[in-house]
Amino acid sequence: MADIAIKISGLGKRYTIGAREQQYDTLRDRIAAAAARPFRRLAPGGLGASTTIWALQGVTHEIRRGEVVGVIGGNGAGKSTLLKILSRITTPTEGEAEIHGRVGSLLEVGTGFHPDLTGRENIFLNGAILGMRKAEIERKFEEIVRFAEIEEFIDTPVKHYSSGMYVRLGFAVAAQMEPEILIVDEVLAVGDVHFQRKCLGKLDDVARSGRTVLFVSHNMAAIQRLCTSAMLLQHGKLVRVGEVRSTVAAYLGGEARGGFAAAARTGEPQILSADLEDVAGRPLENPVCTEPIVCRIQFTLPHRAPGTRIGIGVLSCDGVPVFTTNNADAGFPCPSGPGDFEARVTIPANTFLAGDFHLALCLWNPGAILDLQEPALSFSVDAGRSPLYTENATRKGYVHVECAWSVTPRVESPAGVLS
Amino acid sequence: MSVRPSALPVTHIRPGARAMSFTLDEVWHARELLYFLVWRDVKVRYKQTALGIAWSVLQPFLTMVVFTIFFGRLAKVPSDGVPYPLFSLAALVPWTYFATAASNGSSSLVGNQHLLAKVYFPRILVPLAAVLMPAVDLAVSFGMLIVLMAWYHVAPTAAIVALPLYVALGILTAFAVTLWTSALSVRYRDARYVLPFVIQIWLFISPVAYPASMVPERWRLLYSLNPMVTVVEGFRSSLLGTPGPGSTAAIAMVVVAAALAAGAAYFRSVEGSIVDLA
Repeated sequence: MADIAIKISGLGKRYTIGAREQQYDTLRDRIAAAAARPFRRLAPGGLGASTTIWALQGVTHEIRRGEVVGVIGGNGAGKSTLLKILSRITTPTEGEAEIHGRVGSLLEVGTGFHPDLTGRENIFLNGAILGMRKAEIERKFEEIVRFAEIEEFIDTPVKHYSSGMYVRLGFAVAAQMEPEILIVDEVLAVGDVHFQRKCLGKLDDVARSGRTVLFVSHNMAAIQRLCTSAMLLQHGKLVRVGEVRSTVAAYLGGEARGGFAAAARTGEPQILSADLEDVAGRPLENPVCTEPIVCRIQFTLPHRAPGTRIGIGVLSCDGVPVFTTNNADAGFPCPSGPGDFEARVTIPANTFLAGDFHLALCLWNPGAILDLQEPALSFSVDAGRSPLYTENATRKGYVHVECAWSVTPRVESPAGVLS
Repeated sequence: MSVRPSALPVTHIRPGARAMSFTLDEVWHARELLYFLVWRDVKVRYKQTALGIAWSVLQPFLTMVVFTIFFGRLAKVPSDGVPYPLFSLAALVPWTYFATAASNGSSSLVGNQHLLAKVYFPRILVPLAAVLMPAVDLAVSFGMLIVLMAWYHVAPTAAIVALPLYVALGILTAFAVTLWTSALSVRYRDARYVLPFVIQIWLFISPVAYPASMVPERWRLLYSLNPMVTVVEGFRSSLLGTPGPGSTAAIAMVVVAAALAAGAAYFRSVEGSIVDLA
């Protein structure tokens, strides 16, 4: 028992959808609802009239001290709800959790930053919000400023910061937390590559220092690099827990295979279905390196939506993005709708090396993601009779790039010839 | 750095709002955060407003001018033997604090929604900080009151030792109101429309523009249930030597204590659902 850091038993959270909408109804509806309220309380089932959703249900798990747990799952799987309950931001509807040690949670970078305050002032404010002592912040102040790389802007109000600076400062403060248990939500989705690498490095240090970490991310490569175990959530339930690699594989491969079909039309812009075929239009059972792969995507735009884009992303078996492409790459706009459409993407022959891949589908406009299916479908590419595999069977990487080569005898060039 | 398991605090997370709620120990540990929350609001206000600190003086001062003209000169309201401007300002200083603190505190949970949704700390710090912040204005406007006293050559008497008690009672009254209104306004946004109206009525049932001695004897007991009667009369008596609140003070303390206890209980019962409701 002594080495348990977090003990979760039967944790569940139910949200009442109806109650939220009532707030924004008209005054007349509100009065009507108020008149009906005493009767509804008496009715069996109480608030049963409104729709309820279990964002999380029956989650039971024990996390040992020093474990670095990756929490994975699709959108709406309940990952954030779990973290919010464990961070005491919201109460569970059922079940309980026991936490041994102080918890530091980083659900968002720069929580509580005030735009009108300077970087210096916000470091103190944010530090205090994250539970640090003033003396502790003072001691670590220099390190925070150095990590955030904002030395010359430390006395500038953060509203004048670039988004990158803002995020760096937020993470730099949070990185100084020294709780026994660290809870981190998808914070790596922000910032540039340099910053993300720095954050991962910091998380690596935390993980190595023997602290318990709960880490939500869609970045499967990061999950596999940092975590010692993983929890897979689907529709609010814990469906798999254990070794990282197999859990990630279950998440990526388990959702769909070969084809994708949406459960129902929602009335919103939406990807309806997708499948793979060969150039002749036949369903593609066993893609090989030497053949093009055609991805067919049906989508619907119920309303006029100019500027919409449809794209695909190819991920490796361990979740590393390999490449993405969308209709604008080909230089033509997507129809504005309304209507149902079909997009066809041809991935040229000799692109993939042999291996397992996943395909993410995305429908978006410059302002917002309209529909994201990740991963929508999976496929295995065989070496077939590819000349790439004739001499040695192993090649590293995911894709093949046609490169120009020349090998010539080396001639000593006299000094000064180039100048 | 190995930590002995026995030294680690254990947190239990269970359903129901009460299981989540703050303990006094927790609030004490978060006192630095309380300081920073007050500090943030003070800083931001002085950065965002052109007149900054002048606002804390202007509002009671201009109200005093209006009261002096209409109540003092035209309506000839008695003022316990003190010049009317001084009489009304000595009441407006604590009153302005109370009105600002109550409205500030009521919108505090809604205003800090984003913060509450992303990080845990004892939720009660939010209304508490919102009630303490206007105390900075109180201190500044108190300075103006001292200047006006010097102008009228009125020196405080020994009764001034009781002043901190009345200030504390004023803060606690505002906090008791805020515990209710801040939590209520999360669920019912109507609260923000109701409160200004209530504060306005409250001004007239408190002896700000007139002395409490004007209230007929038979209404006194009912009148003294309003703790602001004690706060205002007490503030005035400890500085200007006017008749003090007397036994009214005891009633006020009981009322405030009861309102605080009930308010804290209500706050505890809803604080776990603040994030879900908003």
